[in-house]
Amino acid sequence: MRITDHPVLEFEHGPKVQFTFEGKTYEGYEGEPIAAALHAAGVKKLREHDGRPRGLFCAIGNCSSCLMEVNGVTNVRVCIEPLKAGMVVRLQTGHGRLEF
Amino acid sequence: MKFSDIVVIGGGPAGMSAALAAADAGVRVTMMDRGQVLGGQLIKQTHRFFGSERERAGTRGIEIVKILRQQIAENKNIEVLKNTECLGIYSDGVISYETDGKYGLMTGEKVIIATGAAEKMLQFENNDLPGVYGAGAVQTLMNVYGIQPGQKVLMIGAGNIGLIVSYQLMQAGVQVAAIVEAMPKIGGYKVHASKVARMGVPILTRKTCKAALGTDHVTGAVLADMDEHFQIIPGTEEEIEVDTICLAVGLAPLSELVSQTRCKMRYIPQLGGFVPERDENLELTAKGYYVAGDVSCIEEATAAMIEGSIAGLSAAIATGMNHPEIIGKRDEWIKQLENLRSGKTGAKIRSGFAVMNGGK
Repeated sequence: MRITDHPVLEFEHGPKVQFTFEGKTYEGYEGEPIAAALHAAGVKKLREHDGRPRGLFCAIGNCSSCLMEVNGVTNVRVCIEPLKAGMVVRLQTGHGRLEF
Repeated sequence: MKFSDIVVIGGGPAGMSAALAAADAGVRVTMMDRGQVLGGQLIKQTHRFFGSERERAGTRGIEIVKILRQQIAENKNIEVLKNTECLGIYSDGVISYETDGKYGLMTGEKVIIATGAAEKMLQFENNDLPGVYGAGAVQTLMNVYGIQPGQKVLMIGAGNIGLIVSYQLMQAGVQVAAIVEAMPKIGGYKVHASKVARMGVPILTRKTCKAALGTDHVTGAVLADMDEHFQIIPGTEEEIEVDTICLAVGLAPLSELVSQTRCKMRYIPQLGGFVPERDENLELTAKGYYVAGDVSCIEEATAAMIEGSIAGLSAAIATGMNHPEIIGKRDEWIKQLENLRSGKTGAKIRSGFAVMNGGK
């Protein structure tokens, strides 16, 4: 859920953009981390590791808990990866792949 | 290969202060940070700072960031590399980094490392479930991106971070079910504890989280009492309904990069764990390398900024900017830091440094 009314802070956002997660269309603000947009939409499970669900933990690119597949690239730290229009985001299972 | 008089690694409060202090002393500085914006973890600190006027007391962290950013932008001696992650420091002094997907190498006459800290984890069943966050992550979500981490939160840890983040959660319209603390008493400042207690949040001491409940994400938590040996007392378990568990159980220095300088590392729990040995001027046993901020001692942003100023001036002095005026300024900051640590709250830090200096 987005915070609409805050006593101290005002939030500046980029333009609204659409992206897909597991084939479904979602909306978020351009430039915010992918994980933030997903979280705002209520999506907490971002990948599966050894059969267990994983989500966001540190939110600053330290811990690798939030690795996802973005536009076909695996192991993207979505807590720091800026959202762009048309991104295709998928749950990641296992360790991902290296491509050359 | 790129060269700068001084390289600062990390653009949080310590790194920004270090860059400014060195640049003002007349040397060229290159500062790299992995983020899209400078400020480190200060960008989510909405509370007002304590201390004296010189330490920007009464100003919110987010405002301090704006002031420092402005000063850096206006300073011709500072080059800033954003979106730049330092990858390693080699034995010949070469620093490798990745900037916007490209690999780069550089050297500096002096190097200041201000990589900060990472949050500690707590062992309990299901602690890997989505909905279990570090307190910093909760702050990032709500104070930087304007997103509620959940609707009802269990806070673990009644130190200053646990107390402040609980208050900030309520400011963001989120309910805090309880704050649990394994120690027999509240660790944070009384002013913060009273504030959340007045808002009706129970602070339960000698209490811990035994397990998180839920299959795909957190739907509850099992709380339990602890004895004086920090063991769970069987039969005291109770379930509460929460969708978020927030860990505020301390920070550990991000000292991996520092250790690549082959400086002497020490394990000193009072300072946060593995920390580099450093002298009063914040130089490491690996000469030419300096540290500032949480990377060498877990404290708060005020101390980090003062350490930044000390490290920045020390490094500048070591490059030859050894005017009495600059040395005097540095020594004044050293005194200022001593004052800051002189009170009751600085006792733990002081005992940590006693271990570091006594063990030489």
